[in-house]
Amino acid sequence: MAHESMIRFRVDDGSGLPIYRQLIDQVRQAIQLGFLRPGDQLPTVREVVRQVAINPNTVHRAYRDLEIQGLVKGRQGQGTFVVGTLGGPTPVAQGSLRQAMERWVRSARQAGLDEEGMQAILKAALHKVEEEG
Amino acid sequence: MLALEARDLGRRYPRKWGLRNCSFAIPEGKVAGLVGPNGAGKSTLLRLAAGISRATTGEVRVLGEAVRPNCPGGYPKVGYLDQERPLYKHFRVEELLKYGQHLNRQWYPDVARRWLDELHVPVAARFRSLSIGQQAQVALALCLGKQPELLLLDEPAASLDPLARRKLFGALMDTVADRGTTVFLSSHILSELEPVCDYLVILSNSEVQLSGETERILANHRILVGPREQAAPEGGTVIATANAGRQTTLVVRDLAHRSVGWQEIEPTLEEIVLAYLEVGQ
Repeated sequence: MAHESMIRFRVDDGSGLPIYRQLIDQVRQAIQLGFLRPGDQLPTVREVVRQVAINPNTVHRAYRDLEIQGLVKGRQGQGTFVVGTLGGPTPVAQGSLRQAMERWVRSARQAGLDEEGMQAILKAALHKVEEEG
Repeated sequence: MLALEARDLGRRYPRKWGLRNCSFAIPEGKVAGLVGPNGAGKSTLLRLAAGISRATTGEVRVLGEAVRPNCPGGYPKVGYLDQERPLYKHFRVEELLKYGQHLNRQWYPDVARRWLDELHVPVAARFRSLSIGQQAQVALALCLGKQPELLLLDEPAASLDPLARRKLFGALMDTVADRGTTVFLSSHILSELEPVCDYLVILSNSEVQLSGETERILANHRILVGPREQAAPEGGTVIATANAGRQTTLVVRDLAHRSVGWQEIEPTLEEIVLAYLEVGQ
């Protein structure tokens, strides 16, 4: 295991989500954020289970589901590779959106809002925009 | 093939049954968790499967063969790790490895050695000078040295800190991924077993309460919440009932159809296991 993995998985016991779902979500999120791109190799099943101590079948299942979703492809004897992309803004556009969000969070915090309050405002805003169509 | 099969297995101690009416089967390639409170009979069951103690009733079969206690030559395809990790504490690790080689007909020195090297366990050190986590790794390495097809591990992670436990289970799962080894391991802490196990045997009060694939167990059980005076729904087995105020909460197995008047919730594995353990009390 000399090379560095393209993604490091985390397992949250308290999340209530099955572990294979957590792995799928983490790969999807990494693709969405541009941390994983087509051609990148996912860690092997053995690397994942050694790192996070989970059943190998859980990893097999997550990789299989990601393959069905068209996001990765297993190549016999070589490993599993990212082949798909997810819709949505480019990583660059996402970067500027995130910066704008960070500015907003800073000013909200200055105004004395905690995380719960910020999430309430975000939810309300999402709701309003959706209603506007 | 079945890796392990118990049929009406029982073990009677002078004053009480250590295990009784025990029937279940673990298919090959599974990582099966044996969960239950202290004193439930977990060690008794594992010792019977390892051929260390003799069954009073029934039989246990391992990899297709009936287990006979004190079988000459032992079971080269089965690795057993005792809860006490009974190793010579003043031996150096490399001496223990040599000892393992002498005691086993089938032994792969590189396997045990590589395992310890990868986990940075110093083989020149004396066993007693190692940390608890490293001692657990040495004990497991001695089991793995014979490349068993079935590993029986009694509380392998007991008294380990979270990092040592993850290292131990990580290395163990790597072996499973690499060789397809079947593992049957016990713990009284479900959260420790849940990430690594795809099969579960719930033991309580010397009896098996439930066994099966964890996914199937999750799919077969529901929590129902409803008004207290309401009769339990038909077409399902009620495992546990808890009343609180005007409400009743049921844990139900094999619910045949949607139950009118009850709110249906998907339980966690922990909620299901607790329901069965309470029944066994």
